[in-house]
Amino acid sequence: MLIEARKLRKYFSLGHGKQVHAVDDVSLGIAEHEVLGLVGESGSGKTTFGKTLIGLYDKTGGQVVYRDRELPQRYQAQDYKRQASEIQMIFQDPYSSLNPRMTIQEIIAEGLLIRDGGNLGSVRDKVVYWLERVGLHGDHLSRYPHEFSGGQRQRVGIARALIVEPKLLICDEPISALDVSVQAQVVKLLGELKQSLGLAMLFIAHDLSMVRYVSDRMAVMYLGSLVEVGPADAVYFSPQHPYTKMLISSNPEPDPVHERQRKDVIVSGEIPSPVNLQPGCRFAGRCPLVEPHCRLETPMLRTVAANHLAACHLL
Amino acid sequence: MSSDIILEVDNLAVEFATFGGSVQAVRDVSFKLHKGTTLAIVGESGCGKSVTVQTLVGLIPMPPGRITAGSARLRGEELLGLSSDQLNRYRGKRIGMIFQDAMSALNPTMTIGDQIAETLLVHMGMSAAAARQEVIALLSQVQIPEPERRMRQYPFEFSGGMLQRAMIALSIACQPEVLIADEPTTALDVTIQAQILQLLESLQRSRGLSIILITHDLGVVARMAHEVAVMYAGQIVEQGSVDDIFYRSAHPYTLGLKAAMPGKTAQKAELHEIPGSPPDLFAPPAGCGFHARCPHVMQLCESKAPPLFGAAHQARCWLHHAQAPTHPLRQQLLATTGNGSC
Repeated sequence: MLIEARKLRKYFSLGHGKQVHAVDDVSLGIAEHEVLGLVGESGSGKTTFGKTLIGLYDKTGGQVVYRDRELPQRYQAQDYKRQASEIQMIFQDPYSSLNPRMTIQEIIAEGLLIRDGGNLGSVRDKVVYWLERVGLHGDHLSRYPHEFSGGQRQRVGIARALIVEPKLLICDEPISALDVSVQAQVVKLLGELKQSLGLAMLFIAHDLSMVRYVSDRMAVMYLGSLVEVGPADAVYFSPQHPYTKMLISSNPEPDPVHERQRKDVIVSGEIPSPVNLQPGCRFAGRCPLVEPHCRLETPMLRTVAANHLAACHLL
Repeated sequence: MSSDIILEVDNLAVEFATFGGSVQAVRDVSFKLHKGTTLAIVGESGCGKSVTVQTLVGLIPMPPGRITAGSARLRGEELLGLSSDQLNRYRGKRIGMIFQDAMSALNPTMTIGDQIAETLLVHMGMSAAAARQEVIALLSQVQIPEPERRMRQYPFEFSGGMLQRAMIALSIACQPEVLIADEPTTALDVTIQAQILQLLESLQRSRGLSIILITHDLGVVARMAHEVAVMYAGQIVEQGSVDDIFYRSAHPYTLGLKAAMPGKTAQKAELHEIPGSPPDLFAPPAGCGFHARCPHVMQLCESKAPPLFGAAHQARCWLHHAQAPTHPLRQQLLATTGNGSC
């Protein structure tokens, strides 16, 4: 494993003894050169998992091991500086994640300059190389973010992340703010870069068919806990956990005949509040198959097929 | 499908005056909405799909907006160019509208119940007591649990899915014939989206609603639509039945959109992006709006804008011209309409 979370936990305190259980004892690893897709509804803790994994949030509990070395519980400035050349992140919103007062050159070079020192002139060739590598033009250097479209900005974000040649890229909903035709551009670019650079990626998204397309393995989170993980095709085509089944059957396919034959999906209720969760299966309140002991005992992940795990008492 | 036409839009053109010049947001858009059916308008951001429907209900501020041509008739009555008093007689009453972001579309300082009651008091002339009963009935129709309690709550006390339900209750309160849904599920999770789409479908069945559904999600289109109009750069580039659009796509842009989505088949077909980005609508290209990104572009496409070819299934592409080189796309239009000339 390149990076591995062991019982990673992140709670946010609301005061008055209330805590949001954003990530609760999640154990999940990403191998070298692997793309792990992470899906779940909003509020399931997928973004918090990504940010806690790489130290943007302090951990409440558990460990993160990167190449056999445990990462600190709480990052200090030098930890960020050391980790940043190994792990980089691209963000959902290509509008707010780029500083509007910096030129493209300054944005892309910033990480490199912080790590290696030097000045803009000395890294110019490298910045031009990366701009062209992500499909922009070398003469865009002195432009500002507002001069670019959403898809182009996302490319700038990718160049900014990759210029330090990281081993792991955290992609937090990198395509959900983009139009369909542009989504495919960005996904293909990420795929090419993964191939040529040997990157590992954590690909967080809610578009199930896209996640299945880009990922080697797929993990499903619900209300802070990991409910299923396995090879992407296995999770997509033969989901085991009732929540994964509900998620995948709710996803409309671009195929009218298929949709006309669709039986109405029974999707009951909404994701409940993650404050002060009690033991028991997190999904019990919405599960069509719920049994009394589901509400008492927290199910553990167990193997249901080769490399395929799910956390449900009924499996 | 019934041939009962509720809403008919002809040659609509809308432009906006800006500091940079005038933006031609909607160019020559025509469509018909039949009773009890759903017309999906699909397209990417900036293609003019929202402006088209907002023009119909007078939500485009004028100026800077300006309707430069066209007409829109609700059961034969002209909608464009009405005064705001005249507009209020049918807006909210005969045409309901739901928006993408329910939180900002509803008034944060009024309870959900009061907002729904307001439209009943104004449009239906109900008494406060009757309106209250009706609000409870509406909220339970959109499957909001405990309607008596929920109607006294404010929008911030509702989840995203529940707010969207409340907005649907509000928009159908006066029993409109037409419901315009502008990206109603884009901000929602797939599970909640499935619930809302099921709700819209059952309301359509029980009330005979005609729905205009604006979306960019082809999955939602396949799930909901009877008729589809694909918009690009302010124009409808292809329209027809949902099966025409998905199985007999006749415009390169529609094909491009489909190829850009990962399929559900076991083997991973390669994704094909559409290169480039949509044209600048300050100065729309002289020829076809899509020519710069089109894999089948011909010389003619750069200089002359194509008309809509076909009858029931139409596509705005020169490949369908009788003198164009034979192309597989042409068979698609011929297959459905038996009429390749314009």
